[in-house]
Amino acid sequence: MTRFAPTLFAGFFLVLWEAAVRLAGAPEYLVPGPVAIVGAFLATPSLFLASLASTLGVTATALAVAAVLGVALALVMQASPLARAAFQPWTVVLQVTPIVAIAPLVVVWVGDPFASVVICATIIAFFPVFSATATGLAAAPPELLDLFRLNGARRWDTLLLLRLPAALPYFLAGLRISGGLALVGTVSAEIVAGSGGVASGLAYRILEAGYRLQVPRMFAALALLSASGVAINAALGALGRALLRGRGEA
Amino acid sequence: MLTLDRLVRRFPNGTEALHEASLHIGKGDFITLLGPSGCGKSTLLRLIAGLDQPDQGRIAWASGTAPAPGEIGFVFQDPTLLPWADAADNVFLPLRLRGRSRSGAAAEIQAALARVGLERFAHAHPRELSGGMRMRVSIARALVTRPRLLLMDEPFAALDEFTRFRLQEDLQGLWRELGCTVVFVTHSIYEACFLARRIVLMTPRPGRIAQEIVSRLTPGPGARLALAYTELVAEVTRAMQASLARAAA
Ligand SMILES: Nc1ncnc2c1ncn2[C@@H]1O[C@H](COP(=O)(O)OP(=O)(O)OP(=O)(O)O)[C@@H](O)[C@H]1O
Ligand SMILES: [Mg+2]
Repeated sequence: MTRFAPTLFAGFFLVLWEAAVRLAGAPEYLVPGPVAIVGAFLATPSLFLASLASTLGVTATALAVAAVLGVALALVMQASPLARAAFQPWTVVLQVTPIVAIAPLVVVWVGDPFASVVICATIIAFFPVFSATATGLAAAPPELLDLFRLNGARRWDTLLLLRLPAALPYFLAGLRISGGLALVGTVSAEIVAGSGGVASGLAYRILEAGYRLQVPRMFAALALLSASGVAINAALGALGRALLRGRGEA
Repeated sequence: MLTLDRLVRRFPNGTEALHEASLHIGKGDFITLLGPSGCGKSTLLRLIAGLDQPDQGRIAWASGTAPAPGEIGFVFQDPTLLPWADAADNVFLPLRLRGRSRSGAAAEIQAALARVGLERFAHAHPRELSGGMRMRVSIARALVTRPRLLLMDEPFAALDEFTRFRLQEDLQGLWRELGCTVVFVTHSIYEACFLARRIVLMTPRPGRIAQEIVSRLTPGPGARLALAYTELVAEVTRAMQASLARAAA
């Protein structure tokens, strides 16, 4: 029963929503019901799907770049205490700066719409995967580090055979959080870039529909965004479980 | 095999863990280091292993030089296995770090697992093993390099009594079979008396060697029920109480 509870709740909620809209006689341009929203999507499905593909493409690219840069910086900081002391305080700046505040600047500087949206999304997706990986690299049990030393391990052995594998669960947990944030960063940057009329992502569909007061289309794009977020989260969670199960953990 | 000469270890925070601890460890000895919590037993073991350096005093090896990597086996209180590697790969680790290939070491790995009775669990991951079995893997990992000196830091403290008795008996058997030197740290007077040929008592912190008692017990599982065992436990308990009383005075 608990397994199906989320689905049941969603169905119940949608039915209630449709009924309320109809009984109240609310106009579609203010509060559309689920049926009107699906109708708006079905009117131009290829346009929505192309926008979805664009947004997901940017999100995936940004997540990949954030993961590579995050792991690289975590490794540098693990290898050099001086680098750690120099960078550590500044990484927080990336975490606390609101992306919508930097996005206009990035758009102006970079020019290319795809690149500027990817950069914004990378900035916001970077911190969780970086900080989780840095924590994981430092989390190897001291006894195991002693054991490596006793057996004459070189730094490289310790990194490859102990620190990196020990950091994997941390990395995966960070990647999952970064995945959600990459989508948030993509949409925020698309909204900024989209107001200049350059982007093609789902956020632009929302802006465009908003100007024309096509509220059901706004909702349709919004629903696709939420579904993407849920799917990204679930996919990264499944990836993590599969990798850890594959090496005999969890 | 080695002599500890008035070792002093003072940590940067001012804690003096060891104060002029001296001890001779002969080749083939089985020594238990017995003392209250915090008296510096682990510190002493780490100094012997070369994982930490004394502030004063020195460690003199009979061979003239400190042991090469792999010549010392270390077993910690926790099994500290790699959770992502199966039992065989965990045992392989020390050999791998010394540049051996997995296929070239297969026979040694299998022999080490067989020595601790786990030949059928080579492909089991740590999470599929019981606490006692994990500790056996940890012991096999320490033995696979054929160390001349085996250092053990309360390896059985976290195990239930049935498993502990079994592992104590197995360890004693391995010691007799392999002829290596063992220094075994424990809190337990019973464990110290059952296992060791020499029971070394340490004072409360800062740790010094308070006294040494030589066991005349015939080793083996039957020793637990021998009158000599009870007498030895009593003798060590008396010595321990006297040492604690002197420290409190
Ligand atoms: N790295 C360290 N820095 C500061 N103090 C330390 C350090 N390691 C150990 N000590 C202190 O030195 C003393 C001896 O520690 P040690 O771990 O050797 O005791 P022990 O006899 O092994 O105790 P236990 O039986 O509880 O394991 C303790 O008071 C401990 O707090
Ligand atoms: Mg200790």
